[in-house]
Amino acid sequence: MSWSSLIPATSFMPIQATEIAKEVDLLYAFLIIASLVSFVILIGGMTWFLIKFKRTSLDQKSAYITHNNFAEFLWSFIPLVIMMGIFYWGMVIFEKLRTPPEDIAAEIHVTAEQWAWTYRYANGKEFYSSGNDPMIVPAGKATKLILTSKDVIHSFYVPAFRTKQDAVPGKLTQLWFEPKQPGEYIVFCTEYCGTKHSGMMIKIKAIPSEEYAAWYHAEKKGADTPADLGKVLFAQKACASCHSLDGSRIVGPTMKGLFGSNRKFADGSQTKADENYLRESILVSSAKIVEGYPPAMPVFQGQLSDADVANLIEYIKSIK
Amino acid sequence: MSSAHTKTEHGHTDHNYLNHGSGIWSWMTTLDHKRIGLMYFATVATLFLIGGFFALGIRLHLAKFGAEPLLSPDTYNKFMTFHGAIMVFMVIIPGIPAFLGNFVLPIQLGAKDVAFPRLNLASYYIFIAGAALAASSMIFNQVDTGWTFYTPYSTAKTSNGVILLVMGAFTMGFSSILTGLNFIVTTHKLRAPGMTMDRIPLMIWALYSTSIIQILATPILAITLLLIGAEKTLGVGIFDPDLGGDPVLFQHFFWFYSHPAVYIMILPAMGVISELITAFSKKTIFGYRAIAYSSVAIAAVSFLVWGHHMFVSGQSTLAGIIFSIITMFVGVPTAIKLFNWISTMYRGTVTFEAPMLFALGFMFLFTIGGLTGVFLASTGMDVHFHDTYFVVAHFHYVMVGGTLMALMGGIYYWFPKMFGRMTSDLGGRISWVLIFTGFNVTFFPQFVLGAMGMPRRYFDYLPEYTNLNQISTVGSWLIGLGFLVGLITIIHGIFKGEKASDNPWGAKTLEWQTSSPPPHENFTTTPTVTAGPYDFR
Repeated sequence: MSWSSLIPATSFMPIQATEIAKEVDLLYAFLIIASLVSFVILIGGMTWFLIKFKRTSLDQKSAYITHNNFAEFLWSFIPLVIMMGIFYWGMVIFEKLRTPPEDIAAEIHVTAEQWAWTYRYANGKEFYSSGNDPMIVPAGKATKLILTSKDVIHSFYVPAFRTKQDAVPGKLTQLWFEPKQPGEYIVFCTEYCGTKHSGMMIKIKAIPSEEYAAWYHAEKKGADTPADLGKVLFAQKACASCHSLDGSRIVGPTMKGLFGSNRKFADGSQTKADENYLRESILVSSAKIVEGYPPAMPVFQGQLSDADVANLIEYIKSIK
Repeated sequence: MSSAHTKTEHGHTDHNYLNHGSGIWSWMTTLDHKRIGLMYFATVATLFLIGGFFALGIRLHLAKFGAEPLLSPDTYNKFMTFHGAIMVFMVIIPGIPAFLGNFVLPIQLGAKDVAFPRLNLASYYIFIAGAALAASSMIFNQVDTGWTFYTPYSTAKTSNGVILLVMGAFTMGFSSILTGLNFIVTTHKLRAPGMTMDRIPLMIWALYSTSIIQILATPILAITLLLIGAEKTLGVGIFDPDLGGDPVLFQHFFWFYSHPAVYIMILPAMGVISELITAFSKKTIFGYRAIAYSSVAIAAVSFLVWGHHMFVSGQSTLAGIIFSIITMFVGVPTAIKLFNWISTMYRGTVTFEAPMLFALGFMFLFTIGGLTGVFLASTGMDVHFHDTYFVVAHFHYVMVGGTLMALMGGIYYWFPKMFGRMTSDLGGRISWVLIFTGFNVTFFPQFVLGAMGMPRRYFDYLPEYTNLNQISTVGSWLIGLGFLVGLITIIHGIFKGEKASDNPWGAKTLEWQTSSPPPHENFTTTPTVTAGPYDFR
């Protein structure tokens, strides 16, 4: 589009490290131009009237005009149409920002706390960083983060990716991105979290995906993956006495193929089984009762740590 | 003339509300809405100076002129909190309604006073009590939560001073509710003979819409703030995830009040602007009904948009989209008002005294604030801008550029009515130039900082943000200087200003039909209204 080159968005936006960043910047350029045009119409028009209709003598008379239905309709209707267009454009981008693609190359559990981030990979690699260790992700492939917080609300903001998501205690939220090129990108905390809020910075380091694979499999920290730990816990808590692993029906729904499936509930609502759903069902099973099953599961709230829950979720995800 | 002749042989006697009773006690126990308005003026102006002190401290720190940071991180966070809490709860929310509204509303309606004068005085003292309670947190147990008190930071991780501050805001909320109630009853019951609802001035339509928001939304804030206190002292756990609560629920409650509160701040300003534009264009306001009804429309829609503060909070994508589309609807009545004001100037005879300059400044700044609001209402765009300096710039353009410009314009406009004297027009113009220039120098760079990704509430920042922050700080000192000149102009006007005539601006609304300053009960004979409020034929 030719008009968008009028505003080189990179001149005040950060680098465009993802495809979505480009799309956001295109909308941004459009909004700036539309705003400039509106501003010139409004304030330019006002200035012109001020000069043209400046009072020059004491006995000057003003015109008597009370209203004009046609003009008033136009200046209500035209802004409405423009704003609905902007709404729709923003919505399309928002849905892309919020919907991770099917093929995720790296999935990282991120836990925020005052004033550091912990990132844990599916194979058990874990980093606690208050700025030193970058989060390593593959370039050219999608990474999904599952965010939570230990204490207060934090927010994971990557300006170069034009994306941001709050990390909320007691809840799992998610964020995804696909950096186009290898490089280092800064991450800010954008939800005020106390004394060192502004110091809570880390970097995301995107490396070529072959290098990432080598890094990911090398020098594993500890033998157990979160899914392994989850499996142990699953046995300890005797989950298998109610939940089968092979698709057969016992007391509760089977775990086989559960993650990502569509769940229908006794109250008629439904949702896709994502991390947040699993978390809620493990901690407070009565929140959503799957259609056709009794509300028989005990409450595990207060008995499982956040790490336990994350491990269980990883195990359940692995039962395909 | 829109009204009957109200000037009687007593119109020019020296007996007026200012000398009706003398001594401090006569002021402290007064039931006269005009005196109560002036007491709010003095109180709000004092609080504004304190809030401004914190603002200048924040900006000076962020300029990083010295090698050492000016403030420690904790002090910075407290400055930021006090600046926000004072300016929002104690200056901008009560500024126009409680001060200008109290002074002007009954006179514009042709009434002797508000419907419940004792309640009006009580509202003032409740406000003082709330402000004192909130201020005590500055001395005893300082708060660093930011003015939004987000949980679980406010309930789990910070000092108990937060209880003092939220109880202060809780108490001030009562003042706001009672003032709103008083204005609604006054508007319905005490209009002068002949003043139908479509003949009330637009300032009153704006105050009326504001009052509806005040009485409907403020109780929600009150309950929410009580819950913070209960959570902190009793550990009830409504917002505590460890006890099964939801910290994001607080944000829903908080913004359910605080978004409408944005319109408590801006609607009265729009009322003032409607008065100023028509008076200084010497022309009937264009589209009276459109402006009046758009105030009511903004008040109504304001209750349905709170979720746009929470696009990245973890609320569902669908909720984000719904709040986005409703938020876009607010843009329409806002645009209608701007077009109407500009059309009022068309074929008028415009003059440029200080109040008009502030009105024009309002138009300029509010247009920028409004347009950048569209950026933030768009979900895909807001994800990048949320909680960055772009937002800081946006709401300062709307609330400071909008509301404070209108407040200053309103002060200069009604000053002759309040004190019977004129302010120096030159003083007003100089203060306008300084505030207007300083404002743009301060806040425009912050849009760019936000686009570059600088988050708000940051004690420290990346080196690439330094230059723009320094420019911003220079601007803040220009604003400070501008308000200083304004303060001097006002004080000089009170004591040494030229005597004002009853209607120095040639305006048409009822307050200009009585003497300057008005007598104790506003009019010596009850005015009768025979036409609309802006009949410049």
